[in-house]
Amino acid sequence: MSENIMLPNPHKIINIINETENEYTFRVETNAKVKHGQFFQVSIPKIGEAPISVSSMGDNWVELTIRKVGKLTNEIFNLKPGDKIFMRGPYGNSFPKDDFKGKDLVVIAGGTGVSPVRSLLKYFYENPDEIRSLHFIAGFKDEKSILFKEDLKNFKTRFNTIYTLDKDKIEGFEVGLVTEHIKKIPFNTFENYNVVIVGPPVMMHFAALECLKNGVPEEKIWVSFERKMSCGVGKCGHCKINETYVCLEGPVFNYTKAKKLLD
Amino acid sequence: MSYYVSVKRMNEILKELQKHYKVYAPMRFEKRGRYSDTDLIRYAEINSIEDVVYDEKSDFSPKEVIYPITQALFYFTEYEYMESKVDDKKILIFARPCDINGFRRLDTIFLKNGGTEDIYYKRLREKIKFILMECGEGWDTCFCVSMGSNKTDDYSLAVRFENDNILVEVKDDEFTNLFVDEKEIEFTPEFVTSNPTKVNIPEIDSQELLEKIYDLDMWKSYNSRCISCGACNAVCITCSCFNTLDVIYTENGKVGERRRVQASCMHEDFTTMAGGLGFRKTAGERMRFRTLHKIYDYKARFKDEHMCVGCGRCDERCPELISFSTTINRLYDEVEKLKKGEATQTIEQTASTEEVK
Repeated sequence: MSENIMLPNPHKIINIINETENEYTFRVETNAKVKHGQFFQVSIPKIGEAPISVSSMGDNWVELTIRKVGKLTNEIFNLKPGDKIFMRGPYGNSFPKDDFKGKDLVVIAGGTGVSPVRSLLKYFYENPDEIRSLHFIAGFKDEKSILFKEDLKNFKTRFNTIYTLDKDKIEGFEVGLVTEHIKKIPFNTFENYNVVIVGPPVMMHFAALECLKNGVPEEKIWVSFERKMSCGVGKCGHCKINETYVCLEGPVFNYTKAKKLLD
Repeated sequence: MSYYVSVKRMNEILKELQKHYKVYAPMRFEKRGRYSDTDLIRYAEINSIEDVVYDEKSDFSPKEVIYPITQALFYFTEYEYMESKVDDKKILIFARPCDINGFRRLDTIFLKNGGTEDIYYKRLREKIKFILMECGEGWDTCFCVSMGSNKTDDYSLAVRFENDNILVEVKDDEFTNLFVDEKEIEFTPEFVTSNPTKVNIPEIDSQELLEKIYDLDMWKSYNSRCISCGACNAVCITCSCFNTLDVIYTENGKVGERRRVQASCMHEDFTTMAGGLGFRKTAGERMRFRTLHKIYDYKARFKDEHMCVGCGRCDERCPELISFSTTINRLYDEVEKLKKGEATQTIEQTASTEEVK
């Protein structure tokens, strides 16, 4: 019998970090080779399964940052270190990290959209010589929804960062949507660069438009899509847009392709 | 070789076959139809050759034999899981040409898309052989000829029912021995060459045109007409989408299974993620998705053929009498207008010219 692609495997939870009241990061033991931007189908037997992006990775572990929004994620929040979580994957394509090397990189992320780009940011944080410059705009709704506080502090030391909250005024954070801060990026000083945008669909749409308005060519923009998935391997049909399967050809798309995907 | 076989003898052959095969065919379920005093015709394992409904179109397709509406993937206990099993017997299906061609579409999704094979589909698919059933003149809602799916040579046996006798073509050597004592005749199955219903498939050759098609007002007419019940998907031989669902069997909650359940792109929550964010919120948007999937983007992805095989079951099953063939033809007309730069239908116009079967 051929390999069963729907078969999940148990993985031990090493550690759990409370990011916010509703978002925890689960560090899970795995030998899987993961690329920045990929996702796992994560499940608890008898509860269900859902796609979760990898927010960080290391030797023999990955981190999954999960928001408590439904039946499965509610149950995942009851797990403790040492418990088993079921996973299959990793699935999907990834950010073209090697193409980003030696160039300027702009990362614009909103809310939980910071999660899929976090491993990429951490890579360049740990390998600063591989990137010419990195500008990172992160937007959150309010103070209590700020994710990865420790990383944000670290990133500030090596990247050009703009952190913003929609309305709240607190130290270290601007006020307003990420789109309002894109004009601060010195695109005209870059020789060769890429822009990564990840967040809610509306945010990605307007952030991309704002980049285009600031002279960024479409082919320099990369986005990551979030869709409902029941399989992650091109069978269940939920994530299909036109002839494209987000689980197979995505979740990362160049904007030249992404703008053609009509839901 | 072809043979002239009495029904009595065919039943004896069926009994022989059933030693190694489960034999499925469209069967009549009396008073089980959707309306009062109507029958339901759907695929099931037959007990005798008289069970085969050969002179009517089945309400449901044979896909359920291999891709059940609900199917166990794994059984979970506290500390382990077990893959579900299937019967050792091989499978024979009495099937029409459109349905046999439809299986090829399912094969593409389950066995080829993404470069991986779905073992739940494969483990049954590799057991299947087809007994081709002639369609005679076909039925009013069929448009297989327009879709190029009216013919097939993918069968082991082909049959024509004639009162107390059956004409059988044996193409597969595995079955030759069963028929050696029968009377040889000249018989090859005939295929429908023309349907009362015809469709014109729009040629969508640019992204610009596709974007204009997305904005057509004709889709909005389905907002009030379509009730998003998904009946069209349930009867479609080529619809392959599914949800996975975990269920618990016992009061202590420690034993259960992960199921695969057929899903419908017409259902409101088809794209809805945990948290409530979803795409394609209106019935019209979902109708647009289904239509383009069946007659544009499946072919754009896999190149060889459109997904729809023109069986017309969706037309017959729709409780709102929405005709898919009419939808395709409406779209064709709208696309022709777009190409000529003419004004397309407004919502008011589409409402007043809604298709009547």
